[in-house]
Amino acid sequence: MANVLINAPKTVRKGETIELKALILHPMETGFRPGANGQLIPRNIIEQFTATWNGVEIFRMKMSPAVAANPYVSFFAVAKESGTIRFQWTGDRNFSAEGSVMVTVT
Amino acid sequence: MRLSAVVGLGTVFLATLAMAQGGKDQRRSGYQDMSPALQRMQDDDTANPAMLYVQAGEALWKQKAGASNKACVDCHDAGSMKGVAARYPAIPSGADKPVDLEGRINLCRTGQQKAAPFDAESEELLDLAAYVARQSRGMPIAPADDPRLASFRAHGEQLFKERQGQLNLSCANCHDDNAGKKLGGATIPQAHPTGYPIYRLEWQALGSLKRRLRNCLIGLRAEPYDYSSPEYVDLELYLMDRARGMTIDAPAVRP
Ligand code: HEC
Ligand code: HEC
Repeated sequence: MANVLINAPKTVRKGETIELKALILHPMETGFRPGANGQLIPRNIIEQFTATWNGVEIFRMKMSPAVAANPYVSFFAVAKESGTIRFQWTGDRNFSAEGSVMVTVT
Repeated sequence: MRLSAVVGLGTVFLATLAMAQGGKDQRRSGYQDMSPALQRMQDDDTANPAMLYVQAGEALWKQKAGASNKACVDCHDAGSMKGVAARYPAIPSGADKPVDLEGRINLCRTGQQKAAPFDAESEELLDLAAYVARQSRGMPIAPADDPRLASFRAHGEQLFKERQGQLNLSCANCHDDNAGKKLGGATIPQAHPTGYPIYRLEWQALGSLKRRLRNCLIGLRAEPYDYSSPEYVDLELYLMDRARGMTIDAPAVRP
């Protein structure tokens, strides 16, 4: 089970700009750090984060090893219609996580 | 016994009075020393990364484990953990030495669930500690009123005031004598344990008070005590008494 926290308003007025915030538990291991045994710890990062609103992509972000652990992303979107905003994270080692919120546009 | 209870109540009363009079209490928590941006991060449950661990702790709380096949929730009612983090370390019934919150959780793990104890600083132990500590958020620190704690607390105070390490500094040199001043980029806090376990940005992870104290010990080039050493519990007893009445803000964010 993915451990994510999403913050979005439940109801908004049509045309309003809203802030969406998403936080996920992930080590974002850079691949450049030696572990206790002197060997490099293999890279394990989230490579891509996307958000869709009723299936239409509204945000996409590529992540790099320079992003800190437990990445927190905040961005803005214009509310057009009621529905589901889905957040998706994918990365190394077939990592895949999802979270979603329902937003009512009035 | 009765006399010490009266003295104990008197201390609580005086501490409360000092705060009620306003301005008299010069104590500041690490939260108050943080920038407004970090304070907002801590206050927003969807921006405070420690809440990810609380979420994981809640799942563990409900998960059956060990030979007894019982979950924490099978024995502890909802709300029963309120105030627990505000009064630990304490001496468990039948024991003669204090344990900290993590130690108490592991006692239930081994004694009640009949499962292997969690390792010190393991994610599971921190998750559960964060979940339990979260339930004391907003409550005043109220150390257990147990006369048997006095000698352990006194030892903690002695450790706090004693010079050690290659830098030959005591905790008090920084946290009493120079609190509020800068050390490199950091503001030296007064070292009140209000927010543990904390999400420390430098660690990019949740960590216990022990881990925080180890960082300070390494900072003064002393050899940190082993994770299982009673010194940490004694120091925490002293720090909690020093912070008596201050508000729990666990799980906190710290730089
Ligand atoms: C050389 C100065 C120095 C000494 C000596 C020192 N510390 Fe610290 N301590 C700091 C600084 C600086 C911070 C904050 C670090 C930061 O914000 O990045 C800190 C943080 C702390 C905190 C965290 C407070 C919070 O808000 O969570 C505690 C608790 C603490 N120290 C206890 C101790 C104890 C106990 C000792 C003695 C074993 C000690 N320190 C020795 C400088 C010191
Ligand atoms: C089989 C029943 C049982 C299970 C399972 C159990 N506990 Fe307990 N727990 C107890 C009892 C009984 C006490 C009080 C012991 C005493 O008074 O000495 C206690 C005490 C505690 C305390 C101290 C409370 C206080 O007020 O001082 C904490 C914290 C705690 N348990 C956490 C946990 C956690 C976390 C788990 C799951 C990992 C857990 N317990 C699982 C029975 C249980």
